[in-house]
Amino acid sequence: MIARMSRRTLALLAALYLLCTTAPGTHAQTTLLNVSYDPTRELYQDFNAAFARHWKAKTGETVSIKQSHGGSGKQARSVIDGLQADVVTLALAFDVDALNRNGGLIPADWQQRLPHNSAPYTSTIVFLVRRGNPKQIRDWADLAKPGIDVITPNPKTSGGARWNYLAAWAYALDQPSGSDASARDLVARIYKNVKVLDSGARGSTTTFVERGIGDVFISWESEAFLAIKELGADKFEILIPSLSILAEPPVAVVDKMVDKRKTRSVATEYLHYWYTTEGQEIAARNFYRPRDPVVAAKYAKQFVNVRLVTIDTVFGGWDKAQRMHFADGAIFDQIYAK
Amino acid sequence: MAHIRAHRVLPGFGLSLGFTLAYLSLIVLVPLAAVFLKTITLTPEAFWQTVSAPRVVASYRLTFGTSLLAAAINVVFGLLLAWSLVRYRFPGKRLVDALVDLPFALPTAVAGISLTALYAKNGWLGQYLEPLGIKVAFTPLGVLVALIFIGLPFVVRTVQPVLEDLDTEIEEAAASLGAGRWQTVWRVVLPTLLPALLTGFALAFARAVGEYGSVIFIAGNLPMVSEITPLIIITKLEQYDYTGATAVAAVMLVASFVLLLTINGLQGWTDRRAARNG
Repeated sequence: MIARMSRRTLALLAALYLLCTTAPGTHAQTTLLNVSYDPTRELYQDFNAAFARHWKAKTGETVSIKQSHGGSGKQARSVIDGLQADVVTLALAFDVDALNRNGGLIPADWQQRLPHNSAPYTSTIVFLVRRGNPKQIRDWADLAKPGIDVITPNPKTSGGARWNYLAAWAYALDQPSGSDASARDLVARIYKNVKVLDSGARGSTTTFVERGIGDVFISWESEAFLAIKELGADKFEILIPSLSILAEPPVAVVDKMVDKRKTRSVATEYLHYWYTTEGQEIAARNFYRPRDPVVAAKYAKQFVNVRLVTIDTVFGGWDKAQRMHFADGAIFDQIYAK
Repeated sequence: MAHIRAHRVLPGFGLSLGFTLAYLSLIVLVPLAAVFLKTITLTPEAFWQTVSAPRVVASYRLTFGTSLLAAAINVVFGLLLAWSLVRYRFPGKRLVDALVDLPFALPTAVAGISLTALYAKNGWLGQYLEPLGIKVAFTPLGVLVALIFIGLPFVVRTVQPVLEDLDTEIEEAAASLGAGRWQTVWRVVLPTLLPALLTGFALAFARAVGEYGSVIFIAGNLPMVSEITPLIIITKLEQYDYTGATAVAAVMLVASFVLLLTINGLQGWTDRRAARNG
């Protein structure tokens, strides 16, 4: 929370700063505010520095990019409530859609404006377990066994957690004689094993890694790699389940804001930069799966090949998935109601 | 009106009351009214469905239950602390006195993170408690610990001045009139302190009901088990359900208001009783 609070303060300061710098006659340098989700801090630190160099070389202008991080849903709400974001880079399309539905900040067809559903990098959901895998966890079904303590964030507040939940559901559906009923049963049993339900992915990482709670942490692949990189491979290992979900964290220019702040060209270039070879390299170096096949081939060793399903094919898109699983009174609430 | 004015020594009644009302409206009433205005956009059925959902009801139980319990525990130990600070001289007394205020000043998030680190199973205290089967972090017990922490100064600081004014001679008089130690405390000291204790209780309780920052880290936030009502509100906001969030907030406000009103009434009653007996 302290990190989150200071983040909010930072975001506010950034917004104030932006307000000041857009006052007439003070156009010293361009600033962009990128409102992102929880575990992308390291990714965007890297990317922003590279983009600033790229923009300087291309136009001679200095651009400084401010970041704001938090649970994906909360971040979208901040933008809807007036946080002056030039671009949003959130955990799932549903939260970007919210900018269209609430206040019309972006057009409805935003996802068609950039290649690959506006998701320049992808990720997937994996398991992080303690070294040696003492509880012998192999696949989704093992998470539902009695005596296994599972850590995952709350899918009602965390974008990553929604991917976690849906990946488990998709796995159950994919089993022989899998059905909605068997999927619901598996997911319910997994959540019965959840001991701490943090509101965001980073909070869950802390719970599992720093507090030592839980046997398995259902995590973004990028976050799992990061935990190992920061804390050493002697403490944790990554397990890849037999089936997972293709997580596409999308990016979008916030039209209303960039038109007001006259930052459309630099904001657009910022997102396009993701699709260049340099951008794709940065994604891969920070453990996000690149879209570019050449870069992907270069990092093939890092990213294990795993069978991935998509939200559209299995769940009929985010709107439907949200209504069926995460809305108030929907399946996620039902599995907790007695 | 003329009658009232005749009795008033200080001028400026109209001005100061007018200012009081305007100020209260601006700072307190307007934001609260906004909550209720947003809530009434819901149909009665939808409102009822939102505020009586099992998860929400479980959160009321946790929030109000642990808040009342934490305030009660703080009354007992806060009184003890205040007593030591007022009645005894010991080295480092000023330091201890200053320590009491620390929970006021500390950002609640810092409190939450430290308590969690302390009580988690690999923490300083947690590693000894866990083998005994006592789980504090990520359970309702953890919520209670956090609420006790943030509520402590309220009781100490409301009781302390009253205790300072309470002359030890009164106790000595009671003793010389034949009262035992226990009788002195029960019949002489406690009745005098009761209004201050009630105020401390009310403040600690009110603070605990609204607490978010420290609890969120230590609670575990499991639906039906360790999810506090403020978290339900935040969760609803994050799903863009603004009216649902205000509906739950409205219920919380009304419940808190009724409870505080009761405590105030109780306090008025003890005041009157004390006046009668004195």
